[in-house]
Amino acid sequence: MSFSWAKPYEPKSPFMRWLDDRLPLPRIVYNATGPGYPVPRNLNYFWNFGVAAGLFLVIQIVTGVVLAMHYAATADGAFNSVNQLIMRDVNAGWLLRYAHMNGASFFFIVVYIHIFRGVYYGSYMAPPELVWMLGLVIYLLMMATAFMGYVLPWGQMSYWGAQVITGFFSAFPLVGEPLRIWLLGGYAPDQAALTRFFSLHYLLPFVIAAVVILHIWALHIPGSSNPTGVDVKDEKDTLPFHPFYTAKDGWFSGAILLVYALVTYFAPNYLGHPDNYIPANPLATPAHIVPEWYFWPFYAILRSFTVDFVLAAKLWGVLAMFTSILLLFFLPWIDKSPVRSGSYRPVFKRFFWLLVLDVLILGYVGGAPISPFRTALGQAAAACYFLPFRVILPLVSAFDTPLPLPQSITDSVLHGEAAEAAPAGQTKSRRGSVAPAG
Amino acid sequence: MATKATSAEVSDEAGGGEVRRRDFLNIAAVSFAGVGGLVTLAPLIIQMSPSADVLAQATTEVDISKVQPGQGIKVSWRKQPVFVRNLTPKEIAEANAVPLSALRDPETLAQRTKPGKPNWLITLGVCTHLGCVPLGIGEGENRGPYGGYFCPCHGSMYDTAARIRQGPAPKNLFVPDYEFTAPTTVTIGAKGK
Repeated sequence: MSFSWAKPYEPKSPFMRWLDDRLPLPRIVYNATGPGYPVPRNLNYFWNFGVAAGLFLVIQIVTGVVLAMHYAATADGAFNSVNQLIMRDVNAGWLLRYAHMNGASFFFIVVYIHIFRGVYYGSYMAPPELVWMLGLVIYLLMMATAFMGYVLPWGQMSYWGAQVITGFFSAFPLVGEPLRIWLLGGYAPDQAALTRFFSLHYLLPFVIAAVVILHIWALHIPGSSNPTGVDVKDEKDTLPFHPFYTAKDGWFSGAILLVYALVTYFAPNYLGHPDNYIPANPLATPAHIVPEWYFWPFYAILRSFTVDFVLAAKLWGVLAMFTSILLLFFLPWIDKSPVRSGSYRPVFKRFFWLLVLDVLILGYVGGAPISPFRTALGQAAAACYFLPFRVILPLVSAFDTPLPLPQSITDSVLHGEAAEAAPAGQTKSRRGSVAPAG
Repeated sequence: MATKATSAEVSDEAGGGEVRRRDFLNIAAVSFAGVGGLVTLAPLIIQMSPSADVLAQATTEVDISKVQPGQGIKVSWRKQPVFVRNLTPKEIAEANAVPLSALRDPETLAQRTKPGKPNWLITLGVCTHLGCVPLGIGEGENRGPYGGYFCPCHGSMYDTAARIRQGPAPKNLFVPDYEFTAPTTVTIGAKGK
């Protein structure tokens, strides 16, 4: 680690010394989540969503592994193994299944907040570009995993979701249709597709876990960013991860688990679609095919191309949808602002909230049935989504006049009240409210 | 490094851009392993293509003797719906009256049917937009303003030759390979004339 003031690991007992010489696992844990990892003292609650995302990954893996003990990945048996066996017959099966269903939604909720936090506070700016990009890789893997998981119950939405999403590939000229058939192992979703989706759905979470380790590793080289965007200058600006942030993450995990439990117990199907309780029927389409809510903004972008222009409209839609995510990989180089945190970038801040609004509008359009008004709204919103990257962000980073930055993190926390920092943990920091020093 | 260069060879440490025997061995060994590694990927990739049992369902025989003019049936071929429709003379005339320039995917009805059988329109029942099953094959279903098929998902409308006329779909409903193996039997999936 690059912090000279990070507490060095000192094994306390002869056994720990013995272990440290042979397998320094405690040393790694100490340096990653203990006093060996000093963290800026001014993090607000938005910095808790990373740990929350890790928590939901664990919940998904644990509930998923046990659900796989009862699930049957056959085109004839999948629907019943979920809706009869797991939901009614297996002890606590209903709870595990609802926990897994809603766990996916909550995983996406916390990850979306985590991503938008990164954008607002400029967490992607050098040096941690790789943290940002690895995060996007995790996000793409999550999308693939969630899509394949949604196919497994083999209801109407599962089946037609698989049909529509694998249909994206057929939009590509020449290779598209053979590629789609290769992916499905047939001409339409069927046994072959279901079995391979199950296999990959079981595999990918572990790949995600591996990339999460890289994500955290890369993060711990420069260290966590913070709401002021001002670099850590000395030890006074930091707190050891343990006990301060383990305690805060612990409390926050409890809080978000409470919300998760409320939804899981009292509104387990609120985020799902009722048509998925109808068994898959390859010969009849539901009137209104929608993906899960976390894909709605992308679905809206996909559908917003209705006119052929050189290429087929369908191909434009697919390309735009992929581009909407791939563009994010270039964010660290598109945004050239010298100031990191959105709190000190007045123009950027406004456009940030417009982007949030725009994504919400896209989400609404993507989830609702098609109508001429909503199509036009979706087209406008899709255009607005791409505009920031191409035009607005470079301009904003050139012309935005940043507000004065605080001298240091300590300074921003104490609002210039005391030249000397109070003992750690006893400061009256107003979390999240970072007033510009002046 | 550990090996001693014979007098005939250039020294291992030769920096003059000369090729050493060891370089050749290295390149040959790594290339061999590389090609071998790539070949190992082949079974991992081809196992995902349709298996023999899926391909065995590649053709479906359909008895069309009971389909009266104006009626249609929906059959399953390769787990996909196929629309077999017996067009009325009026529907055939409607399809032929449309100028090709008015079509997004210009094809005549004759190109989409077999010679001498202009009334048998056989297409996949899969909308070319995002793969929904359009309405219009069953009795009393909405056939849309062009009298063919209507996709409820995103409003694609097909005419009596199942050609796209309005809505987001880029192509006409796909005509699969099929042949009349008997006067009243159609084999879908068979490469016929």
